[in-house]
Amino acid sequence: MRKVAVVGVGETKFSGPQEKTSVELFGEAATEAINESNLKPKDIQALFLGNALGDFSEGQGMVQAFAAENIGCFNIPANRYEGACASAGMAVRDAFMWVASGFYDVVLAGGTERAASMGTSLATRTFAMFSDSRYEYPAGITFPAVFAMLAHLYSAKYGVPLARLKEQMAAVSVQSYRHGMFNSKAQLHKEVNVEAVLNSFTVCSPIQLHDCCPFSDGAAALVLTSEEVARKLTSKPVYMTGVGQASAGLLSSQQDYLPRIRAREISSKQAYDMAGLTPQDIDICELHDCFSIASLIAAESLGLFEFGRSGEAWMKGEADIGGKVAINPSGGLKSKGHPIGATGAGQVYEVVKQLRGEVEPERQVAGAKIGLTDTLGGDGGTLVNMILQRGW
Amino acid sequence: MMEHKLTFKDYSEALKENKLLGLKCKECGAITVPPMMVCRQCASPDMEIIGLKGRGKIQTFATVNVAPEGREAEVPYIIVLVELDEGPWLMGNLTGIDPNEATMELIGKRVKMGHKVFPGDKYSAGESASPLFSLET
Repeated sequence: MRKVAVVGVGETKFSGPQEKTSVELFGEAATEAINESNLKPKDIQALFLGNALGDFSEGQGMVQAFAAENIGCFNIPANRYEGACASAGMAVRDAFMWVASGFYDVVLAGGTERAASMGTSLATRTFAMFSDSRYEYPAGITFPAVFAMLAHLYSAKYGVPLARLKEQMAAVSVQSYRHGMFNSKAQLHKEVNVEAVLNSFTVCSPIQLHDCCPFSDGAAALVLTSEEVARKLTSKPVYMTGVGQASAGLLSSQQDYLPRIRAREISSKQAYDMAGLTPQDIDICELHDCFSIASLIAAESLGLFEFGRSGEAWMKGEADIGGKVAINPSGGLKSKGHPIGATGAGQVYEVVKQLRGEVEPERQVAGAKIGLTDTLGGDGGTLVNMILQRGW
Repeated sequence: MMEHKLTFKDYSEALKENKLLGLKCKECGAITVPPMMVCRQCASPDMEIIGLKGRGKIQTFATVNVAPEGREAEVPYIIVLVELDEGPWLMGNLTGIDPNEATMELIGKRVKMGHKVFPGDKYSAGESASPLFSLET
């Protein structure tokens, strides 16, 4: 297997409802990534594109073919990936594998989504399509409900009283809002304190509005190449040294592990083993904080903190920039935003920029050398993890 | 061709009569519900249909206040994950208590199963029966 590098990255601002099409959003991110790589569209051999809801958000299926043509990547093979909120993670991992295998030398990967433009009602319905339609949607399951149930289970299983857990969850949101304040690409730029979190509207008890990520529009793109090609293009290649992916079925079928997400533990172990690293080696982690409780659950299954203890870690600043591991210095899904088909590629964009030392100084993780990404699709149904390392 | 011993359709039709059907593995003894083609523990296809009691304990719950498109009239409602006496966890709704009064004290409470029918919407492939639990008295 060959070494694979990320040589260029691009990303739109993540936002609320806006008027650009999914193809246009991806075009902006993709051309930024290609230009940064010192390449031309004709150099791209294949496109791997995450897009979960284009069929519903704008009546567009097979968006990848139009996205490739729009940027001048004429007639290249183009694949779309649908793995709910892990769609772009899947796309990037597949792009990695095709370059690692030697089949391609230069590929484009990323994702695009217009989830905010759908409005809350339709977005809530279509997000619920990522739960089992026959056996669990009939009960009226929604994504906030999945994580509300996991929050109650977390409280019961680890003996963290719900009022205490709510404070810890609020600390997660406050940190993410603070980081997002300094991210020019972030959807939300506002300072929110613990009191405001705990006084916000209850979406699905115990999940309140400020525990939730927003619905978002946006796109992100990456150029991946072989090591040999990367050395000719850039003095700052970021190597993708480990990847992992795993799946699971119904939420109820994950009963032996919940609130732990079994697929995440399998996926992240694959990534750590491939890279020859352990959780202690990670300087920066962009993880899937679709809800504040999801951050605690993710950090524990990734091995960054002990089970049942990550809330304390957040409250002590151990998950902050300058702490044990900097978690979501981008602002995360909470504040940077969550255009679901693009989120995984957006995480790689952030880690690459951090490793190069190119983000706003207020949220730069000093000396970061190794980063981890984490996307979760559905209620634990699709998990993707990637490890990135400085190549200079 | 290998066939499903218990299909969604047959499982759903039985639920409409308040009968909860599961699959018992002849190899390892594990019970699979809702139905799958193979045992959820050992992946053996050698399973037999059994009737479950439809009783168990609440493991976790959530009160939904923001509805998906088309289900606005249902909120607020409570969703529960119940550990059946036979072992498997099953998702359903909880009726008989005020959704706004649902607290952590629900966890561990015993419940018995009835059913409701989700008629489906323009995205669904028809109706589905679904477990509707109430507290044991």
